[in-house]
Amino acid sequence: MKGVLRTIAVVYVLGLVALPVVTVLRSTFADGVGPVLDVLTSADFISALRLTLTVAGLAVLINTVFGVGMAILLVRYRFPGHRLLNAVIDLPVSISPVVVGIALILVYGTDGWFGPNVEAAGFQVIFATPGMVVATVIISLPLVVREVIPTLAEEGTEQDQAAQSLGANAVQRFRRITLPTIRWALAYGVVLSLARSLGEFGAVRVVSGSVAGESQTLTLFVNDSYQEFGPDAERAAFSAAFVLMMIAVLFIVLIALLRPKEKS
Amino acid sequence: MGIIVEGVNRRFGDFVALADVDLTVRTGKLTALLGPSGGGKSTLLRIIAGLDFPDSGRVEIEGRDATWLPPQKRSVGFVFQHYAAFKHLSVYRNVAFGLEIRKRPKAEIRKRVMELLELVHLEQFADRLPSQLSGGQRQRMALARALAVEPEVLLLDEPFGALDAQVRKELRDWLRRLHDEVHVTTIFVTHDQEEALEVSDELVVINHGRIEQIGSPTELYDQPANDFVMSFLGPVTRFQGQLVRPHDLEVFAEPVSDTTQATVTRLQRVGFEVRAELRAGDSTPWVQLTRGQAEALNLRDGSTVWLRPNRVAHTLVAS
Repeated sequence: MKGVLRTIAVVYVLGLVALPVVTVLRSTFADGVGPVLDVLTSADFISALRLTLTVAGLAVLINTVFGVGMAILLVRYRFPGHRLLNAVIDLPVSISPVVVGIALILVYGTDGWFGPNVEAAGFQVIFATPGMVVATVIISLPLVVREVIPTLAEEGTEQDQAAQSLGANAVQRFRRITLPTIRWALAYGVVLSLARSLGEFGAVRVVSGSVAGESQTLTLFVNDSYQEFGPDAERAAFSAAFVLMMIAVLFIVLIALLRPKEKS
Repeated sequence: MGIIVEGVNRRFGDFVALADVDLTVRTGKLTALLGPSGGGKSTLLRIIAGLDFPDSGRVEIEGRDATWLPPQKRSVGFVFQHYAAFKHLSVYRNVAFGLEIRKRPKAEIRKRVMELLELVHLEQFADRLPSQLSGGQRQRMALARALAVEPEVLLLDEPFGALDAQVRKELRDWLRRLHDEVHVTTIFVTHDQEEALEVSDELVVINHGRIEQIGSPTELYDQPANDFVMSFLGPVTRFQGQLVRPHDLEVFAEPVSDTTQATVTRLQRVGFEVRAELRAGDSTPWVQLTRGQAEALNLRDGSTVWLRPNRVAHTLVAS
């Protein structure tokens, strides 16, 4: 029985994960390392990598600050709308990213609710970096909050109260007590958010416009190159996909390292 | 001076935790707040600490109005039932916490922390994490941590409640000796009457959000104001419509003046003491005797004896 289950599991994982990964690797390096390096040093690729890092970095930064604040609010305070807020945070997980993108256009686009006001203030959201950041923030919104909440709830408020009676003000208590208490959960949440943000495609696709060298992230670069046809375009797609995959492997290792610490 | 609590009320929804409480705690004394759980004693302690605030009334600490002061401005040390150890910091850093917040020089912090660790017998555990200590050691660390900032008032919320009986007894004696050394005004909350009677200079009995009685342990034990205080502080039995302590009933083998005849219905030995259940007319009191007394009276199931409250016995009319 155990043997049968193991065989099924191995075939399943090989078929769904290993086979596609090997295919990507083979296609990427079909003509050796040279052409791949050409892609990785091309202006469009570097621009896409830079934009991806900027968007994901900003989104994770915003979600970390927001996530920790929201987790503290939800765990330590009871207020009207507490349960509603708690539920709304999880919404991005169940909504398709494309819908998030379209919703953003309806709000911030040229004909959207706030769009004209924002544009009048000389600030473009849609088809620009701010829109992509906002889309990514929404998509990865719950990841930090959901990691931090259980740890905070489990620790309770006694350490905080003890620190308070010893003279620590709110900032000192946050830095010296709360932050060290949630550090591993927070690190885990940040890594998850970063992985999710780097891989985001649907919502960013809708709000970016995907102009090569300008508003193209790595995932968009892979998609657009792949659809261009021709061996060079295809190699560009595979090379970028390879980079995304390597980043993913790095995160898997990080997560494997962080997970036990978070539990202890 | 000391701590003055005036007309404090506190409700949680429909539940009245404290109703119009007045209390004065004298400087340098060790005071116990004693009562059943849910009676309001912890709420009162938390209001004095600034971890909770009254709906009305005021709190004064060493002459200053502290009613609305946040805890960090009260000069109060607080010790929690479950220690509230800073889990990520060593024992040394736990104790040093308040001093580091106050930005004292490193050398001064080191000296003070080592002194305190010695006082609580944890000097060899300075580099350990709280998770490597036993419950009793963690609570001693928490005490050292609270004392480090030299608070004017030390507040302990069921400090020994989470410890096993043996350690609890040890720490109780140790707290008494510690207080005799440091003399900081101390209030501790407990629901254990033996603990309160043994350790405190002054005893405050709280029930249903009200103070039932305040006084020295002896006063409260010997002259309880009502049957709640009487039965909460020690064993009570009913004899001829009166509440009386079972060790205050005298037992005679022959009739003596003012005695009532009774029959032994059950004898039980608990260590050095003998408990005799009796029937006297329609009342069924029990009496606490020493083994020697029981032997001298030659008590057996069914023996006939004569009973009366002794001359110093304090009795209350049973309600």
